[in-house]
Amino acid sequence: MDKIVKDNRAPVSQKPLVMAKVDKDAIGATVGIEINGNPYKVMLGTTILEACRENNIHVPTLCYHEDLCLAGVCRVCVVEVEGMNTLQAACTFPIINKVKVRTTSEKVRKARRHVLDLMLSEHYGECYSCHRNGNCELQKLAKEYGVDSYKFGHIQERRYKIDRSSYAVVRDMDKCILCKRCVRTCIDLQEVGVLEAINRGDKTKITTFMDKPLAEVVCISCGQCINRCPTGALKANDPSDEIWNVIDDPSKHVVIQTAPSPRAAIGEEFGLPAGISMTKQMNRALKMIGFDKVFDTNFSADLTIMEEGTELLLRLKKKLVEGDNNVRLPQFTSCSPGWIKYIEHFYPEYLDYLSTCKSPQQMFGAVIKTFYANENKIDPANIVTVALMPCSAKKFECNRPEMNASGFKDVDYGLTTRELAQMIREAGLFLPDLPPDTFDEPFGEASGAGLIFGATGGVMEAALRTAYELVTGRVVPFENLDILPCRGFDGVKQASVKLENVKPEWSFLEGVDLNFMIAHGTANAKKVMEALVRGELSNIHFIEVMACPGGCLGGGGQPIPTSPEIRKKRAEAIYQEDAGLPVRKSHENPHITYIYEKFLTEGPCGHLSHKLLHTHYVKRGKYIG
Amino acid sequence: MIKNKSILFNRENLGDCLAIALNKNPQDILMEIRESNLKGRGGAGFPTGTKWMLAAASLANKKYVVCNADEGEPGTFKDRVLLSDFPDLVFEGMVISGYAIGAQKGFMYLRGEYSYLLKQLNDQLEKMLKEKRLGKNILGKGYDFEIEIRLGAGAYVCGEETALIESLEGHRGEARNRPPYPVNTGFMGNPTIVNNVETFVTAAIIMSRGGEWFTKLGTGKSKGHKLVSVSGDCEEPGVYEVPFGISINELLKMVKAKNAKAVQVGGASGYCACEGEFERQISFEDLSTGGSIMIFNQSRDMLHVLRNFMEFFVEESCGQCTPCRIGNKKLLEGVEKIEQGDCSLSYLRELIELGKTMKIASKCGLGQSSPTPFISIMTNFEQEIFSQR
Repeated sequence: MDKIVKDNRAPVSQKPLVMAKVDKDAIGATVGIEINGNPYKVMLGTTILEACRENNIHVPTLCYHEDLCLAGVCRVCVVEVEGMNTLQAACTFPIINKVKVRTTSEKVRKARRHVLDLMLSEHYGECYSCHRNGNCELQKLAKEYGVDSYKFGHIQERRYKIDRSSYAVVRDMDKCILCKRCVRTCIDLQEVGVLEAINRGDKTKITTFMDKPLAEVVCISCGQCINRCPTGALKANDPSDEIWNVIDDPSKHVVIQTAPSPRAAIGEEFGLPAGISMTKQMNRALKMIGFDKVFDTNFSADLTIMEEGTELLLRLKKKLVEGDNNVRLPQFTSCSPGWIKYIEHFYPEYLDYLSTCKSPQQMFGAVIKTFYANENKIDPANIVTVALMPCSAKKFECNRPEMNASGFKDVDYGLTTRELAQMIREAGLFLPDLPPDTFDEPFGEASGAGLIFGATGGVMEAALRTAYELVTGRVVPFENLDILPCRGFDGVKQASVKLENVKPEWSFLEGVDLNFMIAHGTANAKKVMEALVRGELSNIHFIEVMACPGGCLGGGGQPIPTSPEIRKKRAEAIYQEDAGLPVRKSHENPHITYIYEKFLTEGPCGHLSHKLLHTHYVKRGKYIG
Repeated sequence: MIKNKSILFNRENLGDCLAIALNKNPQDILMEIRESNLKGRGGAGFPTGTKWMLAAASLANKKYVVCNADEGEPGTFKDRVLLSDFPDLVFEGMVISGYAIGAQKGFMYLRGEYSYLLKQLNDQLEKMLKEKRLGKNILGKGYDFEIEIRLGAGAYVCGEETALIESLEGHRGEARNRPPYPVNTGFMGNPTIVNNVETFVTAAIIMSRGGEWFTKLGTGKSKGHKLVSVSGDCEEPGVYEVPFGISINELLKMVKAKNAKAVQVGGASGYCACEGEFERQISFEDLSTGGSIMIFNQSRDMLHVLRNFMEFFVEESCGQCTPCRIGNKKLLEGVEKIEQGDCSLSYLRELIELGKTMKIASKCGLGQSSPTPFISIMTNFEQEIFSQR
C-alpha cells in the first residue's frame, strides 16, 4: 500500500499552501498572535482563517472550502496584518511568526463590501428565481453586509447559454462568481479535470475542454462540483416537474425506491444537524406526496450482494480450480455510476475487471417492471419507477440505453435528496414533524447490510457478511458483525479475512486469505487503478470503489454544504441504524429468498439474472467525438 | 542603444565580472550586493541582497534563478536594449546570483514579442558554454550552472513573479498566494529568485566596480543609476541612463519635451504626475518606476489616455481575483460614463474608493497597481476632464 499512497501527485490547478521552510525543531511549536487586540496561541503554520475559526472569530469566506486546496481568489476573507501594506487573504496566510491581525477594521469592512458589490454586479438573475434561494453563500454574505442596492450596477442580460446537455449536471455560468471551487473539486479532489478557467480578465469563464457541452467531455457526472458551488451556478438536472406530472396521472403506477444515504442526510435540508436518520418520516412524506409504493433500495442492495458475491466466488473458482487465465481478478464493484463512467473514460482497457452486476438502483427497476408487475398484474408500460438517490450520476445511469432488458426503461427518473426535499416542501410538509411510517411490501424489509452501502466500505462489509457465511457456514469473525477494517474515511483501505474450515463445496478456498481493498473518491480510485496497471494487485480479490468522497453519503445529490465532519455524521447515522436492525445479512433478507424461489429460480448469476440484473460497459476513452 | 553617456552601463575599464565574482566566496558576493543597496529594477524595488540571502539561507537541494525578461509594462523597452547590447552581462549576472545562492539552473523568461532576440541570446549562451563561462566547471572553479530560455506567450500578468513561475511550470499564468514567497517556494516548490534583466546586469557590474562605488550614485534610499525608456511627446524618445533623484523637469529637458502637461511614471500601472509635480524625483522614495516614462503634452485628452490604460487592464487582468477582474471593468465603465457625460461626482468618488480597495485587496501586483492611473489622473485632472464635457 505504501507505493500506492506515495503515488499521490500534486494538485494541478492551484497549489495548496506550501509552508515556508521552518526549522524542524520549531514544527509543532506554538506561536503567540494577536487578533483584534486579544492574544491567542496557535500552532505554527496555522492559517489566519484557521486561527480565527479555532477561536470563534468570524471571517467570511467564499472560495475557501474545507475539502479543497487553497485558492485565495475571492478576496472576501481579507484581513489586516500589521506591518503589511496590503490586506491578506486569511484563508491562505500562514502564521509563522507573531502577527497582529485585525478582522473587522474599517479598511477590511470597506474592502469586503466592495468585493461583494463587485461580485453582485456580475451575478445574473434574482434570488427568488434561483434553486439556491435560502442556501446560497453569496446571498448570505449580502445579508451579512447589509447590501440593499447594487452599488456598481447589476448585469441585465445573459452572457452564457445554460448547458443542459448532461443528464446529471446543469451549468448556468451567468451565476458563477469564479471562485473555482468546481475546478478544484474536479481536478484536485476527484482528479478528473473536466473544468478549467479559460480566457482572461473580464472574459474569464469556467468551462470544459474546447468549450464543449458537458455531455461531450469526460465528466463522470459525480456532481461533487454541485455540492461545493457556493451559488446557483451548478445544479443537478431536476426531474421533479415530470415526477409531479406522473403522480398526478391516475393511469400511472408510480413507485419510488429510496437509497440508504438520502435518509441519513435529508434532515439537513430541514434545518436538522447532520447525522439524524429520517427513514420513517421520509416514508410518510413520500406516501403523502402521492407515490403509489415506497420501497427500500436496500432490498436490491441485498440482491446485489447475492449476485456480485456469487460472481466473485465463481471468478475465484474459475481461476483457482479451472486455471482459467481469462478470468479477471480483482473484481471491482459496479454500484457507483460515477465510478463506472470514470473507468470507462480513463481505463477503458480494464472494464473486464468490473463486476457485471447492475447497480442496486437498476436491479430494482428491472425487478419492478418484471416480477413486481407480474405478481401485481400491472402493465409495466404504466409503471413509473423513480429512484431517490444521493447521486447525480444515477440520472445518467438510468438513461444509459442498455438499461432496459425488460423491454422497459429500468428506472425512469433519478431524484436527488435535495430535489425530494424540495418536493416535500412544495407539498406543504415539514419532514421532522411527520409521524413515522414503514416501507411498502413486498420490498419493504431489507437488511442492514443493504443499508450500509451508503458509506464507503459498506458494500465490502455487506459482501463479507454474506460470502464468509456462504463459504464457511459460520458468521464473520467480527464482534456484532461490525467489520471495522471496512469502516472509516481513509482514502484507500486494505484488509483480509482468512477462510478456514470451509464447506466441502468451497474446498478450493480452504486457507485462502481473502484480500480486499476499498477506495472512495475517484482520486483514490485512480491510485488503485494505477497500482493495477503496474501489476501490483495480483493478490487482491475484491475492490470496492465509490466515486464520491465518503461513499454515497457524500454523493453529488446530497444536501449542501458538505464537509468531512458532515460526512462523518451521516456515516454514524447509517451504521447506527444498521446496528439496530433485526436482519443484518443480505442472504437472510426474506424477500431475497422469496425472489430466488419464485422468479430468479436458477439462483444468483443464473440465466434470468444475467438478462435482467447484469450489464455490460462501454469503452468510452478520453476523446469523445 | 542607451542614448546618453552611460556611467553604470559602461564597458570602459570594466573587468571580467564573472571571473571576479567566482574568485570570491558566495558569502562575500551576498555581502557586497547587500552593501551596494541594490534594489530590484523591475519596479517593486525589493532589496536584491536580501532576496538573494533568503534564498541562500535555504537548505533545499534544488534552487533556481529566474531572469524576468517579460518586459510587458506599457512604455518599457529598456530591457530590450540590455538584451541586445549586454546579453553577456545579463547571463553573467544570472550565473553570479546562482553561485551566490547555490543554484545550478537558471531560466530566462523571455517576452513572447521578443522572440526575434531568441537566436542571438541562444548564440550568446552557446558562446559562453564554449568559453567555459557557463555549464560544467565554470572558469575551472568547480561550479556548474546552466541557463534555459523559455518564451512567454503575451500575458502581461506573467511579469508578476509568481504568475511567471506558474507559466514556467506550464500552467495558466496566475499569481500565487504570497506568502510563501518564491525565495522559499518558487519554481516546482523550490527556492527561487526572480530578478529583472537590469538587476542582473547591475549586479554583474557591481562585482567589478564594487558595492561602495555603486552607493556613491543615486540618492539616500535609491542607489545607483536607472535605465528609463522615455516615450510620448518629446523630440528624443529612447532609453536613457539617469541617476536616481533626477527630477521630472530635468528629465523632460534631457529628452527635449515641450509643453508637457502630464508625465506617466512607471507605465500604465504607474502614477500620472501633473505640471505642478514636475519637481518630484524619480526614486524609490518618491516616484518609482520600473523604467517607463510617458510624456503627454497640452494637446492630449487625459480621459482618453486613462481609457487606454484601463482598457489594457481589463484585458490583461488574469481574472482570478474579484477586485482586479471586475474592479478594472468598473473603472473603465466609469471612464465611459464620464465620456458620455453621465457620471456623477459622487459615483466618481465611489470609484476612487473602489480603486483604493483594489490597491489593498487584490491578490497580486497587477490589481494592486492598476487603479493608480485612474486615481492619479482623476485627482490631478478632474477639473480639466469635467470642464471639457
